[in-house]
Amino acid sequence: MPKPFKFDVLKHEFVPRHEIMSEEEVEELQEEYDISKEQLPRILNTDPGALSVRARPGDVLRITRKSDTAGQATAYRLCVEASDA
Amino acid sequence: MRNVASTPKKIGDIQFGLLGPQEIRSMSATKIITADTYDDDGFPIEMGLMDPRLGVIEPGLRCKTCGNTVGDCPGHFGHIDLAMPVIHVGYNWMIRNILRSTCRNCGRMLATDSEIEDYHATMEEWRTQNRDVWELIKKTIKKETRGKSGHECVHCGEIQKKVEFDKPSTYREEGHKLTPVDIREWLERVRPEEAELLGLNPDVAKPEWMVLTVMPVPPVTMRPSITLESGERSEDDLTHKLVDVLRINQRLQENRDAGAPQLIVEDLWELLQYHITTCIDNESSGIPPARHRSGRPLKTLSQRLKGKEGRFRQNLSGKRVNFSARTVISPDPNISINDVGVPEASALELTVPLNVTPYNIDVAREFVKNGPKEHPGANYVVRPDGRRLKVTELNAENLALRLEPGYTIERHLVDGDIVLFNRQPSLHRMSIMAHEVRVMPAKTFRINLSVCPPYNADFDGDEMNLHVLQSEEARAEAKILMRVQEHILSPRFGGPIVGGIHDEVSGGFVLTHKHKHYAKKEALDILSRARFQSELPEPDKVEDGTEYFTGKQIFSLLLPSDLNLKYRSEICPHKDCDPWDPETGEGCEFDGYVVVEDGELVAGTIDEKSIGAFQGEFINRIIRRHGASFTREFIDRMTRLVLGAIMHDGFSTAIDDEDIPAQAQQQIDDNVQEARDNVEDLIRQFEEGELEQMPGRGLEETLELKIMQELGEARDQAGKIAGEHLGMENPSVIMARSGARGSMLNLSQMAGVVGQQAVRGERITRGYEDRTLSHFERGDLGADAKGFVESSYKDGLSPTEFFFHSMGGREGLVDTAVRTARSGYMQRRLINALEDLRVEYDGTVRNTVGTVIQFMYGEDGIDPTKSHRGKPVNVTQIVSDVVGETAEDEPVEQVDEDAYDSQDAELMRSLQDEMDIQNPDDFEGAE
Ligand SMILES: [Mg+2]
Ligand SMILES: [Zn+2]
Ligand SMILES: [Zn+2]
Ligand SMILES: [Zn+2]
Repeated sequence: MPKPFKFDVLKHEFVPRHEIMSEEEVEELQEEYDISKEQLPRILNTDPGALSVRARPGDVLRITRKSDTAGQATAYRLCVEASDA
Repeated sequence: MRNVASTPKKIGDIQFGLLGPQEIRSMSATKIITADTYDDDGFPIEMGLMDPRLGVIEPGLRCKTCGNTVGDCPGHFGHIDLAMPVIHVGYNWMIRNILRSTCRNCGRMLATDSEIEDYHATMEEWRTQNRDVWELIKKTIKKETRGKSGHECVHCGEIQKKVEFDKPSTYREEGHKLTPVDIREWLERVRPEEAELLGLNPDVAKPEWMVLTVMPVPPVTMRPSITLESGERSEDDLTHKLVDVLRINQRLQENRDAGAPQLIVEDLWELLQYHITTCIDNESSGIPPARHRSGRPLKTLSQRLKGKEGRFRQNLSGKRVNFSARTVISPDPNISINDVGVPEASALELTVPLNVTPYNIDVAREFVKNGPKEHPGANYVVRPDGRRLKVTELNAENLALRLEPGYTIERHLVDGDIVLFNRQPSLHRMSIMAHEVRVMPAKTFRINLSVCPPYNADFDGDEMNLHVLQSEEARAEAKILMRVQEHILSPRFGGPIVGGIHDEVSGGFVLTHKHKHYAKKEALDILSRARFQSELPEPDKVEDGTEYFTGKQIFSLLLPSDLNLKYRSEICPHKDCDPWDPETGEGCEFDGYVVVEDGELVAGTIDEKSIGAFQGEFINRIIRRHGASFTREFIDRMTRLVLGAIMHDGFSTAIDDEDIPAQAQQQIDDNVQEARDNVEDLIRQFEEGELEQMPGRGLEETLELKIMQELGEARDQAGKIAGEHLGMENPSVIMARSGARGSMLNLSQMAGVVGQQAVRGERITRGYEDRTLSHFERGDLGADAKGFVESSYKDGLSPTEFFFHSMGGREGLVDTAVRTARSGYMQRRLINALEDLRVEYDGTVRNTVGTVIQFMYGEDGIDPTKSHRGKPVNVTQIVSDVVGETAEDEPVEQVDEDAYDSQDAELMRSLQDEMDIQNPDDFEGAE
C-alpha cells in the first residue's frame, strides 16, 4: 500500500475535489451510463489525488473540477493498482 | 496462386530470422555461375542471372521450375557460392556488439557465469511479464560492450584486445585486421544461449550467418528486364549489381585457385565485399555508392524499401485512386459556392455508373450513342453477366441499340453530379467538401472565391483533387453531410468560415460607405450581376427626373426582411460613437456603426466584419435564422453584387497611394531625428553611469529597453503622421481598413519608416566582434548600428538597413518553417490518438470498446459548430428578439491567428533559450 503524502494536495486550489463513491453511488453511475467498471477512465492508486483520499484499487472516485466551458464538470475514475496499469 | 489468394488467412505472428547457407541452397532453384545473361540469339543462359528456372517474365512462356505462366509464377531464388566469405552490411552493428562482448579465444560472453545466469533469469522473468525483451537486450549490450581490452577471460584466461570497427566493414584488433573468415570462426564459437542475451534468437539465427558464404539471388520477377523501343534490352539495377558480384567472385576464385599473390587476392576480396555491400544497401556510409553508366546511383535492395518513395510508404501504405482528377484551380465568382467547374477533358475521363432501367433507357442510349469522345457520352457498357465492353466511336451506335434494362453504363460526368473536392494539407473537415459539377471549357478546376478560406486555397498555382462518387449511398451521404453549404459554419470557432475575401470586401465598402448615389441605370446594372429579380425601393432622391438610389439601399435588397443588427465594424476605431447621419454628417465619421433594421441597412459600412470569412456577422446571423440553403444563396448573390459594385466604380491601387506631402515627410524626419538624439542621450547616460536601472532589469537591459521604446515610438509616430495624409478615399487605406488586404502598418512602412529590425525580440547584436557590421565602430550602441531602418520601403533601404532587414526577415521564415513542421507532427499525433473516438447519444465520448473518455462532450455537451463563437448561446440576440429592440452586439474576441503565431514564437524562443543555457554535461550528472 503506497503511503499518503504528509500534506493534503486536495487543499491546493488547482487540485480538483476527489471523493470515494459509495457502492450504491457506483451502481447508480453504472446504470446511468450503462457501463461496466472497467469502462471507466482510470486513476492510479499512487496518484497524489487518490492517495489523499486513501483510495484503494477497485474504488471509484468522483472528481469535481472547474470547467472553462461548463463551469463545473464531474468525472469518474476507477482506482487501479499502479503496477497493473 | 490466384486460387490460393482468394482464401482469407489470418497472420498469427511474424518471426524474423537469418538465412543460413543450407537454407539458401535448399530454396535455390539453381546455382548461378556465370555473369552472362543472354546468348547471341537472345535466349537466357543456363546458370546465368536470367536462368529460366528463376521464373518467367515473358508472356506465353512457362516457368521451368513451377510450370506456371507470367503472373502466376511467383519467381524462384537462385544462389551464388562465394569464393570467400563476406560480411553482411545490415548486421555490422550486431557483429560489433558480439565481438566486443565475447572472448576472442573461447567465444564465451565475458561476464562471469553467475552474471550470465542472472541475465537469463531476468530475461525469463520479463518474458513471463510480457515486457519488451528488446529493452533488456539493449541494456545488456550496453553493459557488456564496455571496454574489454587488457582484461582476462573468466572462462579461459585469454587476454582480450580492443575491437575497433571502421566503416563500412573493417574490423581490427589493436591494428591487426580481422578477415571475414576470422570473424566467422569467432562467431561460430559463440554459444547460442549467450547470443540470445545479445539479441539473436537461437531458433532462427546463428551468429556466423551474419557473414555470408552463399548469397541468394533474387528471382527475375523482382528484377525484370525491359525491352526498349529500339529493341535493345535494358536490365534492372539489381541485375547489374549481381553481374558485378558474379564477375568479381569468379576472378577471386580463379586467382585464389591459381595461387596468386596474397595482395591480389585480398584486393579482389575487398572488391567482392564492396559489391555485395552495395547490392544490399547502396547508401551505407563510408563507401561511394555504385553508379550506373549514366552516373545515376543504382537502386539496390535497401533503396527499394526505404524512405518516402520506398515500397512501404509508396506502394503499401499509399494507394492510387480511380475516378479522381487533379489540376490547377482558378477563380470563378459567377458559380455558386456549392459548385466546382470541371474541365471538359476531365469530364470525358471521369465516369459515373448508371443502371439502365425502363425509365432511363432512352437517356442511357443517348449517352452511349455519343461515344467516348463527345461530351455527355459513355466510356463503358457493362452487361448483366459482368462483361465490360469499351465504347468506341465505331461501336457506339450498335452498343446503344443493344442496351437493355439490367445493363450498366459508365457515363461521363455531367452538370449536377456530386463529387468530393479536396486540397492538401487536409487539416480539418472542411478540407474535403462535396461540390456539384459544372462542366466547363479550358483546363482548370474553377471554384467560387468564398470557398477559398476553408480550403486555404489561392490561385498562385494551387492544385486540388476531385473524386467522383460511384454509388447512390455515397452521393446521398455526401450531399447531406459534405456539401459546402453545410460547412459555412466552422466547428473551430462557431462562426462562418465561408465568406467574402479581398475585392469582395473592398466592394462591400465601395458600395455602402456613406451615402453614395447610383442612378437607376447604374443601380440596375449592379443588381443584375447579382441576378436580382424584384421591385426597386423608393429612390433616395430624384434629380432632373433621374431616380437615385444609395449603395446602402442596393445592398439592402439582398437582406432578409427580418434581419436586425447593431455593431461596430472593423473600420470604426471608436468605442462610443453614434451611427453616422447622412443629413447632418454627425456620428461616426468613418460610418463604422452598422445598423440594420428589418432588413434595411440604415447606417454603417460593409467590411470584413460584416461579410468576410471568419467574421461575417451578416452570414452568421442569417445562417442561424434561415439555414444553409438560404445562406448559400445569400453569399452567392451578395458576393456577385459587391463585385458588381467594385467593377462599376473601378478600384485600383498603385505606389502613389503611399505618397505623402513633403511637409509630412519633413515632420517624420524631424521626429526620427529627435528619437535619435534621445537614443544618443540614453547611451551617454549609460556610459556616464547616470542611467537609472529599471526594477528587475540589468543596466544594459534597461538601456536596450529604453532605446527600443524610443525607436518604437518614433516608428509609431511616423505611421501616425503618414496615416493622417492617407485618407479614407485612398484605395490602399480602404483595403487596409476594411480588412480586404494589408494593414495600416504595411502602409506606414511603405510611406513612413520601416522601423527597428529584431532577431529574437531584441535589437540586432550578432555579427562581428563588438559590432554588427564592419561599417560601424566597435561598441556602437546607436540606432543605425543595431538595425534601425529609417527609410521607407518606397524610398528604398540603405545597404546596411537592407542587411538588417534580411536578418529579421530570415527569422520570420525560419519560424514559419519550424512551426509548420512541428504543428503538422503534433496534429498527426493528435489525430491518431483521437481518430476513433465518438460522441454517443448519451453525450459521452467513448472509444471503440466503449470506455468513457469524457462523461459529457467538451464538459458542456455543446457542438462548437452551433455555438455562438464558442459560447453556448448568443444572449444579446435572444434578448433583442424577445424585447423587439436591437441591442448592440458585444464585441467578440477576434480570431486573431497572428496573435497565436506570435505567442507560439515567444514560447519557442524561451524554450530555445533554455536549451542554449543548459549544458549537456548537466544531464549526465542528473541521471
Ligand atoms: Mg498557393
Ligand atoms: Zn515458377
Ligand atoms: Zn575465453
Ligand atoms: Zn465609430
